[in-house]
Amino acid sequence: MSVERHFDRDLDGLREAILRMGGLCEGMIHSAVKLVIESDPSLLPGITEREDRVNGLHLEIDELCLNLLALHSPAAGDLRLVAAALKVNSDLERIGDQAVNVAETGCFLSNLPQMKLGDVPRMAELAVAMLKDSLDAFAKKDVELAKSVIRRDDEEDRLKSQTFNELRSLMQSDASTIQRALDMILISRNLERIADHATNIAEDVIFMVLGQDIRHGVVPVDDVGDETRAAAPKSGS
Amino acid sequence: MKMTMIEPIETEKSLRRPEVGAAGSAPVSGGKPVMDVRELRAGYGSGDVLHGISLAVPERSVTAIIGPSGCGKSTFIRCLNRMHEVAPGAECRGQVLLGGRDIFAMDAVELRREVGMVFQKPNPFPTMSIYKNVAAGLTLNGVRDKAVVRGRVEESLRGAALWDEVKDRLDGPATGLSGGQQQRLCIARALAVEPKILLLDEPCSALDPSATARVEELIHALRKRLSIVIVTHNMQQAARVSQRTAFFLMGELVEYDDTRKIFTNPSDKRTEDYVTGRFG
Repeated sequence: MSVERHFDRDLDGLREAILRMGGLCEGMIHSAVKLVIESDPSLLPGITEREDRVNGLHLEIDELCLNLLALHSPAAGDLRLVAAALKVNSDLERIGDQAVNVAETGCFLSNLPQMKLGDVPRMAELAVAMLKDSLDAFAKKDVELAKSVIRRDDEEDRLKSQTFNELRSLMQSDASTIQRALDMILISRNLERIADHATNIAEDVIFMVLGQDIRHGVVPVDDVGDETRAAAPKSGS
Repeated sequence: MKMTMIEPIETEKSLRRPEVGAAGSAPVSGGKPVMDVRELRAGYGSGDVLHGISLAVPERSVTAIIGPSGCGKSTFIRCLNRMHEVAPGAECRGQVLLGGRDIFAMDAVELRREVGMVFQKPNPFPTMSIYKNVAAGLTLNGVRDKAVVRGRVEESLRGAALWDEVKDRLDGPATGLSGGQQQRLCIARALAVEPKILLLDEPCSALDPSATARVEELIHALRKRLSIVIVTHNMQQAARVSQRTAFFLMGELVEYDDTRKIFTNPSDKRTEDYVTGRFG
């Protein structure tokens, strides 16, 4: 016999706040990349305004989690959800900061002669898709989607290394590009960090759903249990 | 009172340990088993309350029994020192081995010396002093040497973290103590006969948070010397004090595992629903 719990409404509120914060972060990255590609500094105020809202949610979600822990002493799946929410909250706040970094660097770049963007748009596309999918995986408790996010991080790292190498060669061959190339390196570095945070979120989703901690490669992503608890209940005596 | 029916299981098949993977046979972490319960069934004449429980109580550790009201957890621990069979119409079948000995073949007084019990409501002997309450078990067991009794009383009261509070009024009435002190006195009384296992049936349900914290600290200290089986409705208490937790539901053992696992990532959906407060 199930009973409806006041606590469930609070947990729904927590999930909703995380997804709202994630949505804001996605929009910030889109705008920041658009600012870089179109050399349009007028987009910056909209990004910093959203960062304020993200920071507000960062504090609000932390407080909500602490209240849930203190007042309800959650256990099992509920406990893992609150623990995951605390960590996802930190990752999203950092993603917001990195989107602002991309935008501000883009503003500097807009005052300089244009240069080839190389793989940066592709890195941005990949990072945004990873963030979106990690949040979808959080909302739907989708382990397979979370695993696919983690697998994509290698591609983002490869693109970053390739971008670094190309820009290093460019600076060596043409000293006049140094300032612009350094800015592009900063942008690609921030995009790669956003993908890392999305990967963290995906790992937290796996912990939340399966109770399996796979961080730092302790469990290879391909070995993450494909049996969910619902599929494999342990029978009684 | 109806005769208690004890039917030891004798077939070779039924004496075998349950197969690995069954809830009751989860690997025992933290020590070898001091008590082994096999296919325990118990009831009160109108049907079984326990439907074949198998679990091993590890040595020097705390095992918590949790579950909703009526799930059989109190009946279960009352079987472990044969208190169940003193109830009218009580029946009990199956096997409980204490250090390899079948408890149903043991003398009940001898068994209860090895497996002590403390109840929900503190029940010191109301007409006796604090000292005599603790000495009662020793006297009953024929210990006559006053120096030995005195030493054991002090040791037991110290073991129950009560000595400093009562050492100057040992001859005072036990009923003059607070509820929390009375409960620790009952624990001291049980400790005096040096049991291997202490059964605690909701020992803190009548105590305030401060007295509860003292009893919980005591449980932590005692598990260095003996095994404790605690029945509790307070799941936070189970999580705080125990190393292993068994979840009972309608007379069945649903899951028995390390406490950390039960409260963070239980294997059975019914355990998850119970520990998260979705039913019960």
